[in-house]
Amino acid sequence: MGQYVVRRLLQMIPVFIGATLLIFLMVNVMGDPVAGLCGDRQCDPATAARLRKEFGLDKPVGQQYLTYLANVFTGDFGTAFNGRPVTELMSSAFPVTVRLTVVAVLFEIVIGITLGVVTGLRRGRPVDTTVLLITLVVISVPTFVTGLLLQLLLGVEWGWIKPSVSTDATFDELIVPGLVLASVSLAYVTRLTRTSIAENRRSDYVRTAIAKGLPRRRVVTRHLLRNSLIPVVTFIGTDIGALMGGAIVTERIFNIHGVGYQLYQGILRQNTQTVVGFVTVLVLVFLVANLLVDLLYAVLDPRIRYA
Amino acid sequence: MRRATHAKWAACAAAAALAATACGGGDSGSGGDGGAVLSSSWGDPQNPLEPANTNEVQGGKVLDMIFRGLKRYDPGTGEAKDMLAEKIETSDSRNFTITVKDGWTFSNGEKVTAKSFVDAWNYGASLKNNQRNAYFFGYIEGYDKTHPEDGSAQSADTLSGLTVVDDRTFTVKLSQKFSTFPDTLGYPAFAPLPQAFFDDHAGWLSKPVGNGPYTVDSYTRGSQMSLRAWDAYPGADKAQNGGVDLKVYTDNNTAYTDLMAGNLDLVDDVPAAQLKNVRADLGDRYLNTPAGIIQTLAFPYYDKNWNKAGTEKVRTGLSRAIDRDQITDTIFQKTRTPAGDWTSPVLGEDGGFREGLCGDACEYDPDAAKKLIEEGGGLPGGQVKITYNADTGSHKQWVDAVCNSINNALGDDRACVGNPVGTFADFRGRITDLKMSGPFRAGWQMDYPLIQNFLQPLYYTGASSNDGKWSNKEYDDLIDQANAESDTAKAVGLFQDAEDVVRDNMAAIPLWYQNGSAGFSERLSDVKLNPFSVPVYDEIKVG
Repeated sequence: MGQYVVRRLLQMIPVFIGATLLIFLMVNVMGDPVAGLCGDRQCDPATAARLRKEFGLDKPVGQQYLTYLANVFTGDFGTAFNGRPVTELMSSAFPVTVRLTVVAVLFEIVIGITLGVVTGLRRGRPVDTTVLLITLVVISVPTFVTGLLLQLLLGVEWGWIKPSVSTDATFDELIVPGLVLASVSLAYVTRLTRTSIAENRRSDYVRTAIAKGLPRRRVVTRHLLRNSLIPVVTFIGTDIGALMGGAIVTERIFNIHGVGYQLYQGILRQNTQTVVGFVTVLVLVFLVANLLVDLLYAVLDPRIRYA
Repeated sequence: MRRATHAKWAACAAAAALAATACGGGDSGSGGDGGAVLSSSWGDPQNPLEPANTNEVQGGKVLDMIFRGLKRYDPGTGEAKDMLAEKIETSDSRNFTITVKDGWTFSNGEKVTAKSFVDAWNYGASLKNNQRNAYFFGYIEGYDKTHPEDGSAQSADTLSGLTVVDDRTFTVKLSQKFSTFPDTLGYPAFAPLPQAFFDDHAGWLSKPVGNGPYTVDSYTRGSQMSLRAWDAYPGADKAQNGGVDLKVYTDNNTAYTDLMAGNLDLVDDVPAAQLKNVRADLGDRYLNTPAGIIQTLAFPYYDKNWNKAGTEKVRTGLSRAIDRDQITDTIFQKTRTPAGDWTSPVLGEDGGFREGLCGDACEYDPDAAKKLIEEGGGLPGGQVKITYNADTGSHKQWVDAVCNSINNALGDDRACVGNPVGTFADFRGRITDLKMSGPFRAGWQMDYPLIQNFLQPLYYTGASSNDGKWSNKEYDDLIDQANAESDTAKAVGLFQDAEDVVRDNMAAIPLWYQNGSAGFSERLSDVKLNPFSVPVYDEIKVG
């Protein structure tokens, strides 16, 4: 087990370097960011040259990347063009997005799995058909439509919530944005759980458990659900990374100042340091989430062992 | 996606009213007592919030609230009026003696003296401080020493043209005659700075201290700034409200939705998508007033295709092929006005705005357009590509409309196409590297309401915003004469003569004057926009 974890962690190093290098190059290809700093006029050449030097843009790309990587290992993610260290941006943005992701994942787990179990056990009944139809609608409607619609209905027409989230971005403010963010994945979780439950219901160990005379509740939670969760857990695990990085649309609609907001602004201003820094952390989150998912397999299914 | 029916709007207004009273009790209740705080939409300033480092509206908005300079542009007329300046005297338009009014302090108690100005200007002009607006000090003698053009080591830290005479007097020596120099001093870059700025720079940036009607109460960078009225403010333009909370919005659509829901009081950028409904939504709580912004199409004169004889006819022809009235009506819903010269209506007749200076050359006439372009030798390569940045504004819509208009006028579907560039920085980068091959979007927002500011930076040989590298001896001479002329009316006349040269060569095609737009909640009254399209916060009454 320990060896397996170490091996996985070591595998992360090339992935990490490859991902950062790619993003670094992509942002660099977009052109000279200093040109955009002086509004609709040319920066005077002397100031532009000094700014380039300050941000290390006067060096060749390869050298820029190596310097950046060396700095990252000392915990220095560089400085954004407005003079704020990227680590400061991260410390204000990540907690917000993490809260949003937690809300979204909770929705996926609670609503998604519950609906999946209910429909899986009652296949072909009216409940099943209705839920299937609803998930189909949710999957086919883009997030920004759901977001703007809910914002308009709940925020403006009915006045139940504030249309935008305040600077503090507390959990209760994030319920609606979290639901919007989770909506599509939630539908997938429901469908995955439903299929998995329906399949395993006919398996030998469930029949044995029922034959042993175990109460139905125990059969469902202990034997059926636990074994049916493997594909669902895989999905949710990879989804955590996707939710954090993919929150740009939701964060924009509800004016949440999280990772998506910083990334959007970083891309618009061609701020290499911000974009690479944030994406690097997102890549790490993705990798760690994947590792945790793999480890969770062994817990869920005793047949799986890591050597 | 916004609805426009009246019944629904009524429901929404009621919701807005309810919510407004609910959130009104922020500071000291809502009774119109001048103590109530309003909230306003904001964008994250692009550069560190220093006077000589701020060159966009969002940062400028804050500077306008927390600083007062020697001059201030009247929010209504744009006229430069003395603020901290008691008098500015000159006999030769080159040596100025400036006397600072007595009794002004910064909000931390420090007196505003001649030194506060001289130190601030020296800081702004010094190359080592990386100030984006350093060139504003370029007219002052010694600038070439503190800010060498070629980026070599600076040989002086202070401008030799600035001398502190006593506590309240300092002298300015310019490197050339510039009669309207005093009128430029209302620009935020010329604001005074307290000693704290130099002693604890990081601390100052996290909570700026100035001498304006508002003080910064708290500042969460990237999301919100709370400004409160400064009770001991010595000026006449004391804040009529308790303060302003500036909230950063990523998307102006969200800000607008927040305004509709009563979650926000003032939006100073109505999104293009809402322009159709804004009158139905807000009625007379919607402002649409002229601002000192003009949009033009510039040409690359470094490209030989655009720099040979006869191409002025092609450019004039293109100008006549653009149906400005139709585009400003349908795409901009009259938030822009078809341009008839190269300045802005906010200057006023006396300031040099002359309606119809462009004359026929800006009138839509497809037949004349076709004829002119043929006479001029046709479009270079048979096609023009209008380059623009696609990330902000609604540039794509109007560029497509302009091209459509040109194509229809010339009866050729391929005469004009848009050429989008992904980001503003990339767009500017290509302009700086002289990579344009056809007309490109050029917008100009004035720094100060002077005709000089609309002409010199844009068309003078080698000027900072002469993106097309247009160069004309006759024009340059007229500008030089105008700057040296001490009689204002005569100077304006000379500037207009220079503008005639721009027209005869069609150096850039004027498109339209841009208005400032704003919407506000029912709690507010006396809301207006100044000529820079920024709300005049100190005059807003709450409740």
